[in-house]
Amino acid sequence: MTAEGKTASFQLDGATVPFEPGQTVIQAALAAGHYIPHLCYHPEFKPHGSCRVCTVEVDGRTVASCTLQAQDGMEVLSQSDRLRKEHQTLVQMLFVEGNHFCPSCEQSGNCRLQAVAYDLDIMSAELDHLFPNRPVDASHPEILLEFNRCILCELCVRASAEVDGKNVFALSGRGITKHLIVNAESGRLADTDIAVTDKAMEVCPVGVILRKGVGFRVPIGERRFDRQPISAQAREDAPRRPTTGNEDST
Amino acid sequence: MGTHAELEAIVDRYSGESTALLQILREAQEIEGWLPPATLTCLARLLEMPRARVEGVAGFYSFLHIERAGRYRVLFSDNITDRMAGNSELLDRFCNSLWLERGKTSEDGLALVDTTSCTGMCDQGPAMLVNGWAIPQLTPARVDEVAELIRSHTPVEDWPAALFQIEDNIHRSDMLLDASLEPGAAIRAAATSGPLATLEAIQCSNLRGRGGAGFATGLKWQSCRNATGDMHYVVCNADEGEPGTFKDRVLLTRYADLVFEGMTVCAFVIGARKGFLYLRGEYRHLLAPLQEVLARRRSDGLLGNDICGQPGFEFDIDIHLGAGAYICGEESALIESLEGRRGIPRNRPPYPVTHGYLQQPTTVNNVETFCAAALIALRGGEWYAGIGTGKSTGTKVLSVSGDCVRPGIYEYPFGVTVRQVLEDCGAQRTQAVQISGPSGTCIDATEFERRIAFEDLPTAGAFMVFDESRDIFEVASNFVHFFAHESCGFCTPCRVGTTLLRNVIDKLHKGKGSQHDLNQIFKLSRLLQSASHCGLGHTACNPLLDTIKRFRPAYERRLESLEFEPAFDLDGALERARAMTGRDDAGAHLRTDE
Ligand SMILES: Cc1cc2nc3c(=O)[nH]c(=O)nc-3n(C[C@H](O)[C@H](O)[C@H](O)COP(=O)(O)O)c2cc1C
Ligand code: SF4
Ligand code: SF4
Repeated sequence: MTAEGKTASFQLDGATVPFEPGQTVIQAALAAGHYIPHLCYHPEFKPHGSCRVCTVEVDGRTVASCTLQAQDGMEVLSQSDRLRKEHQTLVQMLFVEGNHFCPSCEQSGNCRLQAVAYDLDIMSAELDHLFPNRPVDASHPEILLEFNRCILCELCVRASAEVDGKNVFALSGRGITKHLIVNAESGRLADTDIAVTDKAMEVCPVGVILRKGVGFRVPIGERRFDRQPISAQAREDAPRRPTTGNEDST
Repeated sequence: MGTHAELEAIVDRYSGESTALLQILREAQEIEGWLPPATLTCLARLLEMPRARVEGVAGFYSFLHIERAGRYRVLFSDNITDRMAGNSELLDRFCNSLWLERGKTSEDGLALVDTTSCTGMCDQGPAMLVNGWAIPQLTPARVDEVAELIRSHTPVEDWPAALFQIEDNIHRSDMLLDASLEPGAAIRAAATSGPLATLEAIQCSNLRGRGGAGFATGLKWQSCRNATGDMHYVVCNADEGEPGTFKDRVLLTRYADLVFEGMTVCAFVIGARKGFLYLRGEYRHLLAPLQEVLARRRSDGLLGNDICGQPGFEFDIDIHLGAGAYICGEESALIESLEGRRGIPRNRPPYPVTHGYLQQPTTVNNVETFCAAALIALRGGEWYAGIGTGKSTGTKVLSVSGDCVRPGIYEYPFGVTVRQVLEDCGAQRTQAVQISGPSGTCIDATEFERRIAFEDLPTAGAFMVFDESRDIFEVASNFVHFFAHESCGFCTPCRVGTTLLRNVIDKLHKGKGSQHDLNQIFKLSRLLQSASHCGLGHTACNPLLDTIKRFRPAYERRLESLEFEPAFDLDGALERARAMTGRDDAGAHLRTDE
């Protein structure tokens, strides 16, 4: 509410978006059903601002909308040609940074990176692939870590620390060598205290943290983003209180 | 690994504070030259923090090794000025004489030889760091001497002191470098006029930050003073990571009292009781001398309780040593590092003046800014405002290096022309000058009448000179590699973009480029400028854009065709197989270039 008692709002690509005090631009937009592409943002966690896929333009300045506090009367652009190209390149960067072979990936159809890419009409990587060498960790009897697909969003790091209270995951390295590590001297997931019911198991937007033995339970073609493009599911990402780990993980 | 008792002693010395993690890791590494997995586990237990966090921090800083690194860690400074002075040949010579492969720890665990970003010795390069200790002025003879000391397993403490001799090279001084301030004089002046009048003097001086961004110092101090918090902090940014800059090194060597004096005046104004000097790891050699100065100031009543006899004025300073990360010069990353974390820039707002160290109001200023502030406290803001230009008051200390007769430190009132500096340092047939380092501006000979000032050519101090014999492409390429190495990796555009740019430049370097690659550079540059999280990403493409604009032939010479050329090198892809099989004959190569 503003001082005069009317609901505060900003303009997003010409639409009026109301917001509550303390909300960031993306939080208010998603709550109102307006999609802004995003990957490291998650409705249950404090915005992070690292993937930059939610970049918008305000007063000629480009900023990440997930960390930008909404202000009354603000004019926000998210869909100009220029921004769209930037969103595309950012997503392409995440593809070439890892090794993504969607046709053989268990996450295909449920994967946010793939869904955002389809939604932005990305047909090829355009950039040169970096082909990193990232061995998988299959040590855990129930869980597989396929690091090749990691986009470094830190959601599992945050979920494990803030919800599970465990710190199973962290980041190490710097720059392009930045990578996910697990909390064990051996470096193996089997030697951590992760459990399949952890929140960290359900937040991975891509296909890194996978439950063994349940692959392809829902057939390709009937998965979340097969049914509807991600941009039509904005409200699902409206901010909400954190829930604890996976209840239906059987 | 270090024994439990050894590690416990280190942790105890820092009272088990998690904020000291970086300091603890640095000291723990001295036991064996690296941080074995068991050491990290033990430290995590002693500090009661997740092991993964300890490993995450250790893995962030270039000078911390989580893989076996040898008893002697030898890092050749790899700034463009080191290159021009022949560091590559010296590195090869050194590797050959020790039978070592660059970047690989020797089998016997004796040594690791590699390169590192600019170590701040550009006026006396090429330079190296051995176990963190700087050795400048490398020549074939000195490199051989170092190799021999290593071969004979001589402990670094016993190496000849002459190897570690560092010159100040002050060639032009003005009011700052000429000031011979009696320790305590500025604090007493501040105490006499009171915090508000001192703040007013800083404001009326129009002093602007010397770390690059040029933010008004008075406004910063005022916001910090007015911010509410349990504690206020003063932080001196001595990370000096910008390649080509070394003036803070000299200020800390010769004018340490002035720096601490300025920090104390700041503490008096903003109401801080605690201060930190964040010293870049490359300046390890300054740690002990600086600590001596602090000890002397404590015993002279210039630090501690009731400073200068002012009841209740209490302030002290700790020194934190960095460990090889340019990004820790960015003030919010610096604060993260001070808190014992990975040096990742924070989301802003809130700014450090309200939410800095431990989320408390914090003033971060550059070394030189504090020096100037001390002088202003003593001599008044109006006096200071009378020097320099309208928008840039006072003087600027420049670090001059590259193709000139007298590289070193030059202090000028703001407004000096580039030509004047070139004349004074004895530069001839100058082709280009890189102002303020890779993140600054590269200018050509048509622009030498431009002035060093915030309103024309702002600078954090670096002034690298390139004469007509230099290939400007090599300069840009060196800087592109620098940014790729120093990106913190937090945000996508900079993490991936700086590496993609590096790959494009390497492709051009091999003469495999095409117009498509230049377009790629422009596209990536635009994205870096607009979508990056911090100043590193915003400026990482400056060297390319500036030099393509001014020295286009240096690029076009390298284009193989004006159309598309694949980045994938078929023959190059076999390199690993050749290395594994030890083959390099014609049959082990594909010929793709006829
Ligand atoms: C990537 C990056 C590196 C920086 N490195 C330094 C540095 O080494 N020293 C410094 O004083 N400021 C550096 N800065 C600027 C600081 O963020 C900050 O503006 C400065 O310390 C404030 O002090 P000042 O107002 O006295 O200049 C850097 C900024 C960026 C974005
Ligand atoms: S994680 Fe997503 S983008 Fe990557 S391979 Fe799997 S489905 Fe494709
Ligand atoms: S721009 Fe680069 S250095 Fe700055 S936060 Fe992003 S990745 Fe880190």
